[in-house]
Amino acid sequence: MTTPSHAGGYVSDARIRPIEWLPWIIAVTCYFAAPSYLPLGSFILIMILFALSLDLILGYAGIITLGHAAYFGFGAYVSGILAARVTTDPLIGLAVGGFAAGLLGWLTGLVILRTRGLTLLMLTLAITSICYEVANKATDWTGGADGLGGFSVTPILGLFKFDLFNKTAYVYCLVFLFLGWWLVRRLIYSPFGASLTGIRENVARMYAVGAPVYQRLVIVYAISAALAGIAGALLTHTTQFVGLKVLSFEFSGDLLVMLILGGVGRIYGAFVGPVVYLVAQDSLAKQFPEYWYFGIGLMLVLVVIFARGGILGILDVLLSKLRRRKR
Amino acid sequence: MNSVLETRGLCKSFGALTVADQIDFTLEAGARHALIGPNGAGKTTFVNMLMGGLAPSSGAILLGGIDVTQQSQRQRVKRGLGRTFQINTLFRNLTVVDNVSLAIAERHGVGWNMVRAAGRYRTVLGESMQVLEALGLADDARLQLSAMPYGKQRLVEIAIALGMRPKVLLLDEPAAGIPSMESHQILEVLDSLPSEIAILIIEHDMDLVFRFARRITVLAQGAVLMEGAPEEVSADGRVRQVYLGERHG
Repeated sequence: MTTPSHAGGYVSDARIRPIEWLPWIIAVTCYFAAPSYLPLGSFILIMILFALSLDLILGYAGIITLGHAAYFGFGAYVSGILAARVTTDPLIGLAVGGFAAGLLGWLTGLVILRTRGLTLLMLTLAITSICYEVANKATDWTGGADGLGGFSVTPILGLFKFDLFNKTAYVYCLVFLFLGWWLVRRLIYSPFGASLTGIRENVARMYAVGAPVYQRLVIVYAISAALAGIAGALLTHTTQFVGLKVLSFEFSGDLLVMLILGGVGRIYGAFVGPVVYLVAQDSLAKQFPEYWYFGIGLMLVLVVIFARGGILGILDVLLSKLRRRKR
Repeated sequence: MNSVLETRGLCKSFGALTVADQIDFTLEAGARHALIGPNGAGKTTFVNMLMGGLAPSSGAILLGGIDVTQQSQRQRVKRGLGRTFQINTLFRNLTVVDNVSLAIAERHGVGWNMVRAAGRYRTVLGESMQVLEALGLADDARLQLSAMPYGKQRLVEIAIALGMRPKVLLLDEPAAGIPSMESHQILEVLDSLPSEIAILIIEHDMDLVFRFARRITVLAQGAVLMEGAPEEVSADGRVRQVYLGERHG
């Protein structure tokens, strides 16, 4: 394994490099250049935020999970139920959804983070399954298998109305993705982030230098869950619908595939992965409606065999070769 | 002399297997104390119990006169207990200086900070560099740890422990895996360690033990066989029998 391009630490330079503005330039360009793709674009932005939250715990803290959809789904349902019953203000929904998911992450983290490896993996799966079943059975609140719909969301700050072309939705998602990115980046470059990397690299050593390993993991897990919950709430507001799929095991799996495809533990893998995955899915599904999953599978197999660092890993290797040639 | 680390009747058994049997042990302030014994004598078990990684079946551990038997590893570290590992237990994909900085950051209590960038903690970095300089590793500070030769990685083990500024330092086979030709480098480093740190060294390299230690405890089958100055230990018939005897067939 090579050192990821975005690792914190006590000799790292945390200033934002020019290249790091590229995703935002592309995102803004897409808003003007491809207005008919804004619904897909909004979903991609949401998935990037979700993948970022996973990268924080998987890529940096080394917590392996197959159940991150639990927190995304919880945030989505909480904000949906809030919109249907209490208030239709999206920002309140976002805050409550994120907070609720963070709280769930903290409570479940307290239990499951006492374990590691396969046990932990199974427990994350169990939590998602429980949430799924609860949402499935509590039809009065969640609509069960039919999903939760029929609620409306009032304009953001009373000014920006959610429109049919998803213009507002796209900007709404972009703003919160930017905030999420800023937070995750800040965390990774902080001493807290450095200690998480230490826990991932060698947990026995972190115990031996007196680090509160378990407490650190629980806190980062809660933060990650809150971010996932905010991503879920964004989906609720932009689609004005919540379906059971957001709590499914497949959704967790898809997310993991996206992150691995982009590259784990390097922040921008969470940007590249969902874009490639969802754009490929969209175009493959149009051309080969029956076989599109084959294309995704093939891509993943190739990445796992030839590029363990994901797409960004390939870029790193190519760049370092180029630099060597220049010398 | 006052003791900085003490065990009283320390026992550990796994089912019918007793790996520590009524160990009474005292480490004086500023000691250079070695723990030796044949393979399977229970040396590593003893260290793990001292650190808090393994709970004893009975008995007590006192650190600076305070009973820490029920305390976690983290609490013991705060009381000044540090260790190195027999098998390299390092952050392989991090830089050498970050390996040490993580330990220093925990001592400074900055490990929870989520706002400021780690690179801005100049005091942490400065202290790390001081430790590395003292061990002759300053030139390798920005190297990725896994790119270092094995012998130097063993020194990073010691560097991390020094970064914790321990009062009591447990060195678990610091020369393990190093050809005896090169173990003099380790010895030089050990000799240069601050005299106020009490050191307990577990080592198989007898050369190193007899040159470094001023007091030796011999462990056999989980129990203390004898304790004394190096001359006494090397002259003792029982020690030859269990230790050297086993070694030379």
